[in-house]
Amino acid sequence: MSAATRTLVSPATLARPRGRAVYWTVFTVVVLLFALAFLFPVYWMVTGAAKSPDEVAQTPPTLVPQQWHLDGYTDAWDLMQLPTHLWNTVVQAAGAWAFQLVFCTAAAYALSKLKPAFGKLILGGILATLMVPTQALVVPKYLTVADLGLLNDPLAIWLPAVANAFNLYLLKRFFDQIPRDVLEAAEIDGAGKLRVLWSVVLPMSRPVLGVVSIFALVAVWQDFLWPLMVFSDTDKQPISVALVQLSQNIQLTVLIAAMVIASIPMVALFLVFQRHIIAGISAGSTKG
Amino acid sequence: MTKTAHRRPAEAIAVRPVKAPSPAGDRRRRRLADQLRAHAFLIGGLLCFALFSWYPAIRAIVIAFQKYTPGSDAEWVGTANFTRVWHDPEFTAAWRNTLTFTLLALLLGFVVPFVLALVLNELRHAKAFFRVVVYLPVMIPPVVSALLWKWFYDPGAGLANEALRFLHLPTSNWSNGADTALVSLVIVATWANLGGTVLIYLAALQSIPGELYEAAELDGASLLQRVRHVTIPQTRFVILMLMLLQIIATMQVFTEPFVITGGGPENATVTVLYLIYKYAFLYNDFGGACALSVMLLILLGAFSAVYLRLTRSGEEGA
Repeated sequence: MSAATRTLVSPATLARPRGRAVYWTVFTVVVLLFALAFLFPVYWMVTGAAKSPDEVAQTPPTLVPQQWHLDGYTDAWDLMQLPTHLWNTVVQAAGAWAFQLVFCTAAAYALSKLKPAFGKLILGGILATLMVPTQALVVPKYLTVADLGLLNDPLAIWLPAVANAFNLYLLKRFFDQIPRDVLEAAEIDGAGKLRVLWSVVLPMSRPVLGVVSIFALVAVWQDFLWPLMVFSDTDKQPISVALVQLSQNIQLTVLIAAMVIASIPMVALFLVFQRHIIAGISAGSTKG
Repeated sequence: MTKTAHRRPAEAIAVRPVKAPSPAGDRRRRRLADQLRAHAFLIGGLLCFALFSWYPAIRAIVIAFQKYTPGSDAEWVGTANFTRVWHDPEFTAAWRNTLTFTLLALLLGFVVPFVLALVLNELRHAKAFFRVVVYLPVMIPPVVSALLWKWFYDPGAGLANEALRFLHLPTSNWSNGADTALVSLVIVATWANLGGTVLIYLAALQSIPGELYEAAELDGASLLQRVRHVTIPQTRFVILMLMLLQIIATMQVFTEPFVITGGGPENATVTVLYLIYKYAFLYNDFGGACALSVMLLILLGAFSAVYLRLTRSGEEGA
């Protein structure tokens, strides 16, 4: 389909021998450039963790480990208590995801279909938070969480995650497109509002729920400043905070191995859902 | 935007359970019940917004004028927090660094992804490969990218200097030198984030009608002229939006300086958000932290307002 679309360079130019030569040269250069710029650093990290401490500090460096040491990885797992921190991250991300799905979906459904009093005002208030970048408010948010006694509690991640105007608006816009007749038909059959949401609206909203889920999980997994503030207790810290806290006094190979392990879940998620994620990002741009 | 068509069709009336003609009181009660139900759906989300978005915004402004220590009574101090913060030598450094960082990130973060997207859009092979590879760094946790580049910038066995030595170029201090540190951080941020930008530009490029290029070529426009007179005007809106988003995001930079340089050397990489963090958690000066937050809030709020204005007008235009 897209092969037929005309782009900057015309197909006629490309068909000529000279055009074809230039095309394949550019293609090769771009492949090499991408491999060097984006894959090589990752390769360097994965192999760096497999080198011995002496080899990793040696100049000039070795391209391939002379000997593959896996104890960097096992040491990281044990010494840095990675199981604890990974588990904390999973709990924080999963909870934030669940809270967002329940509360944002319910609120978006109410704003879209149930015509609550002051609905316009509430929606305006929610959209206004889009103008207030989250990071600029971390300190007063921290004080509020402290007043509620939620420091060192995963609720400190879960509850603020619900206040996500972007995801809520995404859901509301999607619900707006569901024709009222469909919902009314269900109501005639005697379904209550909750029932309609559960068995009619949500099954129709799978694509947007997928997008919101991925955004929610990635946001928590990647976050650093907020968990750094609210989890002073080392045993409660997610992997991102633990990595930085422990990076000062740990052997380099062990740290690198821990970095690799910390990246695996998100990279795996990306490789599994790459089509959806890339399509989602591309679609986001054209819709604005 | 809100396309909830306010139709009151016949079937809407049919929904009501068919009973004897209901008196007005009954209808009012039912409407109240509907409202209660609607707000029951809303309440959870609303509480979270109130507690963690609306209240903190107000509280930032209030505490900015107070001497505030958690646990003890707040004291009104007028604009003392603002003047104290203003006279902090780090304040000037933080703003200068943040603005320089934003400007450099904008330059690098616009030119590189745009050119990459332009080239990728011309390639007819391995499309999926390029998209996955360019987005890979975005999925690596920012803390890991920061630590990774900290290691690359290591003056001893760091990869960055090894690469320079390999090319027989003079080595650099990278993140450890006062005049190179900020640029080094911009490189990290660009590497870690450009994937998303490239994908969005690619999508925008694909929506340009091919006839425009065709016509331009017939008129004798060269490759560069086509870029200048067709591609850029056609994607102007997306470019502008992404630039604004990038300004908003990079003005809040924290992870890279915190992890890689710790704000050093000689305050060369202290950013505004870093300074806010320091005031709150190192100096225990929440009044000062909130005064700084309010300043950042006003500036970013202005950018956001422009952004929302543009998206809305773009949507109406489409």
